[in-house]
Amino acid sequence: MTTTAPRPRLTKTPDAEHPVHGPRLPVRILPLTPAIVLLLLFLAGPIAYCVYIAFTDLQLTGQAQESFVGFDNFTRAFGDEAFLNAVWLTLVFTVLSSLIGQNTLGLALAALIQRASKPVRTLTGGIVVTAWVLPEVVAGFLLYAFFRREGTLNAILDWLHLPSQNWLFTLPILAVSFANVWRGTAFSMLVYSAALNEIPKEITEAAEVDGAGGRRRMWHITLPMIRRSIATNLMLNTLQTLSVFGLIWVMTRGGPGGRSQTLPLFMYEQAFQNSLIGYGTAVALLLLLVGSLFSLLYLRLLRTEV
Amino acid sequence: MRPTAALTPLVALAVAATTLTACGGGSGSDPDTVKVSFKQSTDNSVKVMDTYLADITKQFEKAHPGKKVELVPIKAPDSEYYTKLQQMLRSPKTAPDLVYEDTFLINSDITSGYLKPLDPYLAKWPDWNRFIDTAKAAAQGEDGKTYGVPDGTDTRGLWFNKDIFEKAGLPADWQPRTWNDVLTAARTIKKKVPDVIPLNAYTGKPVGEAATMQTFEMLLYGTGDGRTDPLYDKTSKKWIAGGKGFEDALSFVETVYKEKLGPDVSDALDPNVMTRVRGEWLPQGKLAIALDGSWLPQDWLPGSGHEWPEWSKTLGLAAMPTQNGQAPGKVSMSGGWTWSIPAKAGNPDLAFEFVKTMQTKANAQKWYVANSGIAVREDVAEDPAYVDAQPGIKFFTDLVATTHYRPAYPAYPKVSTAIQEAMEGVTTGDTSVAEATSSYTDALKDATDNQVVER
Repeated sequence: MTTTAPRPRLTKTPDAEHPVHGPRLPVRILPLTPAIVLLLLFLAGPIAYCVYIAFTDLQLTGQAQESFVGFDNFTRAFGDEAFLNAVWLTLVFTVLSSLIGQNTLGLALAALIQRASKPVRTLTGGIVVTAWVLPEVVAGFLLYAFFRREGTLNAILDWLHLPSQNWLFTLPILAVSFANVWRGTAFSMLVYSAALNEIPKEITEAAEVDGAGGRRRMWHITLPMIRRSIATNLMLNTLQTLSVFGLIWVMTRGGPGGRSQTLPLFMYEQAFQNSLIGYGTAVALLLLLVGSLFSLLYLRLLRTEV
Repeated sequence: MRPTAALTPLVALAVAATTLTACGGGSGSDPDTVKVSFKQSTDNSVKVMDTYLADITKQFEKAHPGKKVELVPIKAPDSEYYTKLQQMLRSPKTAPDLVYEDTFLINSDITSGYLKPLDPYLAKWPDWNRFIDTAKAAAQGEDGKTYGVPDGTDTRGLWFNKDIFEKAGLPADWQPRTWNDVLTAARTIKKKVPDVIPLNAYTGKPVGEAATMQTFEMLLYGTGDGRTDPLYDKTSKKWIAGGKGFEDALSFVETVYKEKLGPDVSDALDPNVMTRVRGEWLPQGKLAIALDGSWLPQDWLPGSGHEWPEWSKTLGLAAMPTQNGQAPGKVSMSGGWTWSIPAKAGNPDLAFEFVKTMQTKANAQKWYVANSGIAVREDVAEDPAYVDAQPGIKFFTDLVATTHYRPAYPAYPKVSTAIQEAMEGVTTGDTSVAEATSSYTDALKDATDNQVVER
């Protein structure tokens, strides 16, 4: 196969003086093929297989042959109280820990650190980032120890003569949301610190000279200028939070009574404990859908200009 | 169209095809190595299985020169062990030559075609005649073929702390006749010895099958006439909807947690509660009565990490009574584990040789004693060396006469989860007994494709 069609973008490469001849194109694409093949094999392949499985009644065990069941798994999910409960808890968990917790707290910390002295900045940054660097399971265990009945939180409450309780039992979704805030705030803080550093000093100074106070500068200068970072951060945070599994698994296993069972835990239970791989995969696809809905929302936010 | 656009998918397809076919060819297993998968304790100090298998490996390699044993431990809690195992069994690349299967799931794995029928091997193996009939049936598929060699069974009963009983004014030779006797004793302890947990009964999803079998079925099989299976109707091959017996068993669980006769609900629903009962509450005298299995002493043996050789002086044993003391008066549930050969095993013959080594009379006996198992070989059960090896063995071996096996058909794991959900609901107080029973029936219909009868 040959082609003589000139390729305008390629003419910008260093050897632009030489006309590009056909046989070179496949040669140029050759270095890319391993990457493409790997992508197809390890990314597109499993995803396509997942989509297929979601329409079958495949089980991990207890079944000789799986069969195609159409949309059964999906209709079943929407009729399943436990699924609806998991959707609701996932939304609560995401809004509480990602939108409100990680995002706002991260921005606040970044803004405060901006004005702090170097040692304070280093120390705060260090502490917050440590929480982020810890493996999920370790973080889960630490917070389990913090919230459990004989845990640190209750010890502090006792000392303050406040009523203590078993947080993992009475308010499990709140406890795991807090855990996720604790763990994930560092990421937002880093994103926002970078964004705030990008704001030209002159603009802030000009506003200051014009007599704008801290709060007004925040609303009218800072926030509009870092709007893109906010959207990006929200999107990354949300997607990360939607897929949190280990943290909740270690702290509560989704219990008690399913009161902290978010979608990933529900999916795990269906697929691996009840052996219903087909159904579990369908739930996974629905989770993917929730994630893309959130992403679309944020992308819109990104697009509208001030 | 750009030529490269057409070329890329072609190349991708070609590479993918060659890679995949390369994967498919050859099983990748070494004909001289037998790979043995087993469940390793999540408690690092418990090495009973590891020690035993190391010993068998040594014997096997000595008797079969040139052959090697590769132990593939899976370190996971029960429910995750099954998942891991089933994933391994799906492919010839990962299937070991010998696996340790719980009778709880063996029928599911047989239906999936994961296991190899052992009848041709068993027919040529004289020791098989020494196994008691009920145990032989434990690893039988619905096709009548046998898919595993049991390495013991287990029974269940009430363990109680005689010191606490004395403080509460209860007898040291306690033997309750009805459920009410059990609850009365627990209430007495709560009143007289307030700083201990009166009664532990596993509940809810975090402990999985332990809640279903050690608590719920121990109750359920003691309702009704005590002989007919209250979960599964063998003649119609249908599961039985939640009825009176089911509600009564749930009420017992509800009472235990509502009246605070059990551990704090948050402890009861902690996934690690089983380890705490065996390693902490019982040895430290913090628990008065435990409804639990015959294997507990394996955690207290020398070398186990929490040795407690005096346990037999402190703890007494009582059979779990039927609901109102109706015949046969006591209840027990049995399960146990078997050694099975995966359908996709590379070296099935060598694997069976390994089973034979494990199941010589001497080795089998060594194993029953080491893991506090109940013998399934009559020649061992009769041997005084086995009966006297440990206190309690006689008690639990005698329970075999009134024991029940679970209807471990493919739907069973889902049925079991539904039972755990019903239990968890009444334990936390989220649902009433009646509500939990009716959601159980709904879940049962769902799990069994509506193969449900009312009774």
